[in-house]
Amino acid sequence: MHSILAVDDSASMRQMVAFTLKGAGYNVIEAADGQEALDKARGETVDLVLTDQNMPRMDGITLVQNLRGLATYATTPILILTTESGDEMKAKGRAAGATGWLVKPFDPGKLLEIVRKVIR
Amino acid sequence: MGEVSNQGLQGGEFDLTQFYAVFFEEAGENLANMESLLIDIDIEAPSDEDLNAVFRVAHSIKGGAATFGFSDVTNLTHELETLLDRVRRHELALNSSMVDVLLEAGDVVRAQLARHQGSTTDIPETSDLVGRIKLLASGAVIEPRKPAGAAPASAAAPAAPAEEALPEGTRRLAVRVGPITDGKVADNLAELFRDIPSLGTIAPADAGTLDAGGFRRFVVTTQSPDSELIELFSFHVAREQVLIEPHVAAAPAPAPAPVAAAPVVDDSFGFFTDLPAPAAPAAAPAAPAAAVAAAPAASAAPAKAAEGKPRAEKAGGANLDSNTLRVSVERVDQLINLVGELVITQAMLTQQVKDLDPAQFRSLLGGVTDLERNTRHLQEAVMSIRMIPMSFVFNRFPRLIRDLAAKLEKKIELKMVGEATELDKGLIEKIIDPLTHLVRNSADHGLETADKRVAAGKSETGTITLSASHQGGSILIEVRDDGAGLNRKRILAKATERGLPVRDDMTDAEVWALIWEAGFSTADQVSDVSGRGVGMDVVRRNIAALGGTVELESVEGQGTRVCVRLPLTLAIMDGMSIGVGGETYILPLASVIESFQVEPGMIQTVGSNGRVVKVRDEYMPVVALADEFNVPRFNGDEAGKAPTEILVIVEAEGKRLAAIVDELLGQHQVVVKNLESNYRRVRDISGATILGDGHVALIIDVSSLVKRTRH
Repeated sequence: MHSILAVDDSASMRQMVAFTLKGAGYNVIEAADGQEALDKARGETVDLVLTDQNMPRMDGITLVQNLRGLATYATTPILILTTESGDEMKAKGRAAGATGWLVKPFDPGKLLEIVRKVIR
Repeated sequence: MGEVSNQGLQGGEFDLTQFYAVFFEEAGENLANMESLLIDIDIEAPSDEDLNAVFRVAHSIKGGAATFGFSDVTNLTHELETLLDRVRRHELALNSSMVDVLLEAGDVVRAQLARHQGSTTDIPETSDLVGRIKLLASGAVIEPRKPAGAAPASAAAPAAPAEEALPEGTRRLAVRVGPITDGKVADNLAELFRDIPSLGTIAPADAGTLDAGGFRRFVVTTQSPDSELIELFSFHVAREQVLIEPHVAAAPAPAPAPVAAAPVVDDSFGFFTDLPAPAAPAAAPAAPAAAVAAAPAASAAPAKAAEGKPRAEKAGGANLDSNTLRVSVERVDQLINLVGELVITQAMLTQQVKDLDPAQFRSLLGGVTDLERNTRHLQEAVMSIRMIPMSFVFNRFPRLIRDLAAKLEKKIELKMVGEATELDKGLIEKIIDPLTHLVRNSADHGLETADKRVAAGKSETGTITLSASHQGGSILIEVRDDGAGLNRKRILAKATERGLPVRDDMTDAEVWALIWEAGFSTADQVSDVSGRGVGMDVVRRNIAALGGTVELESVEGQGTRVCVRLPLTLAIMDGMSIGVGGETYILPLASVIESFQVEPGMIQTVGSNGRVVKVRDEYMPVVALADEFNVPRFNGDEAGKAPTEILVIVEAEGKRLAAIVDELLGQHQVVVKNLESNYRRVRDISGATILGDGHVALIIDVSSLVKRTRH
């Protein structure tokens, strides 16, 4: 079973993402901010990281930078869930080493579609 | 991509409504968090941390609202987010009118959410507010309390600087419709605009066909509010399928690195690298590891989640996690009820076994003693579930005081003491209105304006202190101000005018008591703060209905202090059981002053059937409870001897009466059962309880009894 680390400070978003992914047969690990996600990522490897950008303690871009610094996460796909699809965010995401982005709001079907693209 | 768009449509199968409750709760907490941040924020030098936190509130609510399809909330929070983003980037300086607008917007979002929750059907009006937010976001300065006059045109300033100016009140919106299967359905929207010219104009923002996600896009220029647009659109497409956002002139976003050979039109996601190639090697090394680690990883995850919890951050939504459990009040009440029954059963058992031989039934009696102790602890523990801190009530006052200070043009400081003091949830909810009234009164009538205060040699800023503390079995809540105090002359004049009984030699306490009388109000003019109609008499009545009392002290020129005393809970009461004829009644212990045996000649008859007794120079009416409740008395005719009668002096709202009873049976805690829901309302009875022997005893409503017999 593939594991996905879902990071969002909003519990309702986290629930929806987790519910959707679990329903599709993925194992979901949740974290409420970048710091918590990083702590959890140090403990185990996952097949995909889905992270929000704006969060307390540590934002999504910083999380991506930190994850890319871990040997076990050098090639793990990381998607940033963001409300802004502007060039600035994309440039930052690319520079940090993210795999791609997904604009919020998205419907659950869209999420699965993209997750299937990156997890084989 | 045809196959993909089919998959996208599967989204419709997901029932998003199951996440609504969490979202509403989370949004509510976020809004409360934003409000307290805004009220405490240092406008001159706000910390980055606070600004980011406020921004995140708007951002987070917007994200959730957009996901769950509450487009009105999305639109408003989007404007807030735009404004707050510029503030947190220090492109704009925070000012007090911004805080005002943000607080107002928070209220509106709350109202919008309330509508989606179904608790109201009012659609909050937002266009004026949105105009002001946009104006602020454009860097304009708004004069306090004046609606925005000027162009909200430069609206999306940071993102889209160069849009042609729109007439006042006109908005340009990006409308997204979908996911739908037939793109032509959306063309019906364009028809609407043709049919209703006043609606504005619509222009397609796409090639006239569905995109990969099943969406159609339009740009609408209109003066109508979003709610009206959605209302109209819903003739053709489901509400949930319409997303209205402010139109932002698209900065051409180059779709970088197409995923597959076919370029993706959909900009809602994308990849920075070509996926198919790197994805395979990325997955390859991970796959065996993942396969091996799958089982342990799965079992390790919950453990990790549990231990990772101690969070320093008190962000909104934090208590949605594993440390707290949200349970409906009904379930708690059911639990309390059951424990109440258990207490009664236990009391019956205790009574049944008390005459047993201690030697023979040692272990049974020991068990019953343990049961009694455990039941008591269980009851306390269960009652504590309903206890919530007074901060639940107090937290609304900083905002209230802030608004009142602005409205009344006074300088007011609010001090709060003892917010952690706990009180039963049911009581807390009912004390909000009376307390709000008292605080408003202090701010409006109590505190003076700054110049009057200075003239009186006081500091410019008036102080209102709210405090809560436990005192024995009750809670004491105080509202204190350092204002002008009550004006004896004005109260007396007003009372005379109102036809209340007044003497010149009344003590201060007696004069102050006048303000609790119905219809009394001394405000020189009716203000929209304290208003008219709801007087202190209502406050007093509401508090009395909760089994509480209210007292007032005032010193002219120094201030006023109002003390509200409430029982900790309505479910358990200390009672005195009394025997009347063959029946047992309960008197609330708090209302019992004293009791003594009736001596011959003590009770005097007044008029035809009135009886009074003189106790320590005070005359009070005498009420025979047996007559009052029609209890047959049969022990009087034996040997012609009059039964021993006992007088119990009870007090309610400062007035006393003497009740004749046959015997005093004892004092104990009683579990109060509502009589109305089990039987019907009975005059002078406030509830019932079940005694240790299984009999029902009625609880006497002393205030009703006193009121009726004294008038």
